[in-house]
This record gives sequence, C-alpha cells and structure tokens, in this order.
Amino acid sequence: MDSSPRTIPPGIRAGEGRPRLSRRAWLAAASGTAATGLVMTRWDALKATAQEASPAAADPTKIPGRFVSEVGTRAPGEQPRRLLRTLALSSSSRTPLQDLHGTITPSDLHFERHHAGVPDIAAQDHELLVHGMVERPMVFRMPDLKRYPQTSRICFIECSGNGGGAYNRDRMPTTITPQQLDGLLSTSEWAGVMLSTILREVGVRSGASWILAEGSDAAVMSRSVPLDKAMDDAMLAYVQNGEAIRPEQGYPVRLLLPGWEGNAQVKWLRRIEVTDRPTMTRDETSRYTDPLKDGTARQFSFVMDAKSIITFPSYPYVLPERGWWEIEGLAWSGRGRITRVEVSTDGGRSWTDAVMQPPILSKSTVRFRHLWNWNGRETVILSRATDETGYVQPTVHQLWEARGDRTSYHQNHQRAWKIAADGAVTFGLGDLL
Amino acid sequence: MRAVGATASVLVPLLAACSPEVPARSAAEAPAPSATEADPGFASLSAHAPEHFGFGAPASEDRVARWDIDVKPDGEGLPPGSGSVAEGRLIYETYCLQCHGPTGTEGPNDRLVSAGEWEQWPAGRTVGGYWPYATTLFDYTRKAMPQTTPGTLSDDEVYAVVGYVLHLGGIVSADAVMDSASLVAVEMPARDRFVPDDRTDGPEIR
Repeated sequence: MDSSPRTIPPGIRAGEGRPRLSRRAWLAAASGTAATGLVMTRWDALKATAQEASPAAADPTKIPGRFVSEVGTRAPGEQPRRLLRTLALSSSSRTPLQDLHGTITPSDLHFERHHAGVPDIAAQDHELLVHGMVERPMVFRMPDLKRYPQTSRICFIECSGNGGGAYNRDRMPTTITPQQLDGLLSTSEWAGVMLSTILREVGVRSGASWILAEGSDAAVMSRSVPLDKAMDDAMLAYVQNGEAIRPEQGYPVRLLLPGWEGNAQVKWLRRIEVTDRPTMTRDETSRYTDPLKDGTARQFSFVMDAKSIITFPSYPYVLPERGWWEIEGLAWSGRGRITRVEVSTDGGRSWTDAVMQPPILSKSTVRFRHLWNWNGRETVILSRATDETGYVQPTVHQLWEARGDRTSYHQNHQRAWKIAADGAVTFGLGDLL
Repeated sequence: MRAVGATASVLVPLLAACSPEVPARSAAEAPAPSATEADPGFASLSAHAPEHFGFGAPASEDRVARWDIDVKPDGEGLPPGSGSVAEGRLIYETYCLQCHGPTGTEGPNDRLVSAGEWEQWPAGRTVGGYWPYATTLFDYTRKAMPQTTPGTLSDDEVYAVVGYVLHLGGIVSADAVMDSASLVAVEMPARDRFVPDDRTDGPEIR
C-alpha cells in the first residue's frame, strides 16, 4: 500500500489485515487514557456500541439520575483531547478536528501555540497601554475596555505553520490524522471592543501607518500590524464563546485579526504602540516569513489563503463496508467567504460541488458535506475550496512552483485521503505526486 | 486639545472600509461604499456615539517610558550601555550554551549559526544567515532570553551577548564592542532579501 511503516495507534488492534476498534480500546481512548490524542470518531463509537453493547448495561429508566450541577461535564464516552507537541515552554497543542461538529471549537479544545508558556494574569491587575503616534496616550484596565461598545464575530484563528507536515515531497506522511496535520485551526465566537474604537479614543496622528502589539507573556511576543487592518476589523477580544477568553487564548484580552495568521493576533495584550513603520520583531523577521525559491523571503504575509480538509473519512478510520458514506470537512479563507467547496472521489480527475452547511461566514470555517456511494475499490478523495475573491485552493505542485519547497508557513494546498480496498484510510497526497 | 482634523483624516477613510451595511456614525463622516462585503455581526460605533468616551486614564510619560521597551531597526529604543564580544562569550557560556550549543550550531533549541546543510538559503533561519536586522536580536534577547529567566540580563550584558552571537555568525570581528551606534551600523547579510507580501485577492497562486 505504501512504503512507510504502517503504525497502528494505541486503541486499535490489528485484525484481518486492517485495524479495528474494540469497545474496550475505544473506551480507553475516549476516556483520555490513550495519550496519543487519536480519539475515535463518532462512527467508531456507534459501531463499537452497536456491536459490543454489554447485556448487563443498566436500564436508565429504572434508576434515578444525577442531581443538578454548577458546571457541566462531557459524557464519559465523549472525551476529545488536544494533541500535545512537546512539553516545553515554546510548544503547541492541536484541535481534534476529526472529533468535532459544526464550526465552533469548544473553548477547552481551541489549539494552543505559546512561545514562553501560558502566563498567569489576574484581570484586575492587567493594563493595556496605548501610546506612540497618538494625541492622548492612555492606559486601559479591563473594566474600562468592557465599558466601551462591544461587538462580536465568529471567525477562525489558524497558525500559519498549520499543515507544514504535508509539504516536503521526500517526507510526505501517510499515517497522519487531521488533528496532527491541521489541528492548529480553531473557530470561536469572539467579542470585545473594536480596536478602531480605542484608536479613535486616543486619536491617531496623521502619518501613522503601523501598530506594534505586545503581549504580557514571558516572550513578550510582539508583532507589527498595518494600521489599515487595525482600523478595519481588528478587535480587542475578551470573550470567547460566551465567557471570558481562556488563559491559553490570551486572557484577559487578545488582539483579534480576522483572517490573518494566528501569530499576529497577540495574546495577553498589554501594549499597543502606534508607529509609522514596522518594528521588525523576531517573529516578523526570523520567523513567520516565507523563504522563496528566488532567494527572497516574503515578509508580513498575514492573510491565510483559502484552504479545506476532509475530516471524515480520514486516518486512522477504516470504512467497514462499501456503500453510502458522507464525506465531510472544513473550508475557510482569510480573504472572505467560502463560495464553493468541491470534492473529488477519483483522485482529482473529476470534481463535484459539496453541500456547504450554514452558517457560511466571512473569515470563518464552513462545514461541507458530500454524500458518496463507495464502490469498495481503492481510490483517493480530495477537497478544494474557492473563496469570494475567486481564489481556488491550489495543488501542492502549484505551491511548489510558486514558492519552492523551503517555506514553512501558509501551506494551504489540497489534502487527499487514500481509501484502500479494505477500507483503511491513510493520508494520500503522496500517491498523487 | 483634540486634533480633530488629524484624527478625522486618518480615521474616516479607514473606518469606511469596515462595513457598508452598518449605518454611518454621522452624515459628516459617512463612509464611502466599500468593495468589501460587510461581515454580519460586525458593527461600527452607533451614530450617536460620542467622539470620546473618557474610559481609561491618561498615560504619563514615565509610564510610557517604563513599558516602551521595543527596539526598532533605526536604533529607536536602544538603551545606553555597551558590551564587548569577549564579555559576551562569558554571558553566552553561562546562560545560552545549554540550549544553543557551544558554537551556536548544535541546539537543541534554535540554531543561531549556519553550518553544513544550513548554509543553503534560508540558512536554517540562523541569525547570520537569515535575520535581516541586528537590532531585532537585541530586542528579542532583552525581552525573551534566557528562556527560563527572561528579562534578567542587564542592557550591557545584552549588548555583549548580541555581539558574541553576531561574531559566531561571522558578522562582527572578535574585538567588536556593541552599543547603540555600532549595533545599528551592523549590516546583516540577508537584509535585502526580505520583500513585502505580494499575494493579493483573486485567483493567482503566489
């Protein structure tokens, strides 16, 4: 099938040449005791339950239930987990894309990328300084920020390094999950005060063209952002999915730059300096820049281009039989709305429009579906997204042609999954090269 | 007190780009129609919002000075002080070597110096091979290093260790002394390789 070693994740046992999930293994994975993050999908759960339901299961209509509780918890059998990269100060954890539904990422499963850990910040101690080329340098405490008119929007945040695991032609993976490949992507309803409102309050001086946003973490993570974006749709967000933003996402306040790379959306925001030039911080020079094949490096490549990924079926799932299956996934663009998602079930030879499931919002993820009658033969399935500017998600060959193979960010090329005749699903881009 | 003209000249055209479906804040500041479609759920200020709310406190010059610690490529923000490459070696071996290796090539954390395969563009994104500005190294080192005790080096120590890392990368000589003038004067080899983002809306793949 492929030349790379086929690893079977914990929680799956080999049988008849293909991995199959036992109920016990599924429970182990679902309860979080499997440290791999390879939690099974709902189909696994349903199948396992249907096949191996315990005859001794208690009848819930004969036992009074639990009392009310102050904070709810997930069902014991529904325990999706982030996937940790390393236990280090500069590290990341990834959202389990294959386990989620709709578009909103539960806040406790939002991906993380920290450069020096998650700071402990008490909201009552936090201050935001806004200064530089302004008429009135000011300090805002959280109650100040919250008293300004609030606005909200649903949008994705994606690390620009997301998907880098499938760009090197010599190391194209086969056994990689959507979470492992593209889990540095999450979507939330954010609320806060528009940055334009705060900049109006302090009075931007003429001649200003950039801001510097600086975080209150141990890396003092900072990025320069063009003033145009700051005045357009940038938000000082202190709400995530209906409650205070989580510490991992920048509590008590972060910069939200809809559609732009996550790194620029500085968390734990403590300072904004209005300037007439970029500061050239570490994370906009030595990192988050894109070395191109002509020997230049593209700088300030903020916007996340249109992208999509099929999240079902995907590795390590095994389609147990031919017949009707609903392919589904996520599509998004930092330039606006997704206008079309196409799915191919024949390795890219023909494409069919997928159904896009509302809501379809600008600079947010949209869930797509395509009902597929699998004939049981080996094939490769792909998706490609088109956004409202007419940009079509490229092939990896198009990206290599445009940029060369040494970029580490913005790898938004089409993803593919190979379906073997025995139903085993692996990452299939390598088969198309 | 307010620079009305200056504020309006900057704010109005930019605000206009936000959200054409939302009522303008006032007739005088009515935004021009934008080519960008409005985002639902995204609203600008109400028409009757005051020019200033007054929430928040003025920031004193002292307060700004205490927090305004970033350094820009033209040297703005560089503090007084200096440090030599020789002094920097001691700092490096005390605080940096454990993560960056004896010669800056070994890791385990970020490689600072190009070696072997790293010599090919983009040179492993090393300081000497990739970083476009020496001031960035000062800014980042002062804020974020050493990783487990960030912000603890004195300005003189930061000048010194920045000089040593630049020396390891073959950028400055062994007898160099770094200060606000000499650091800005350092010409980084990759400086002119950096170009602005040329991707645009539309079908072109870049």
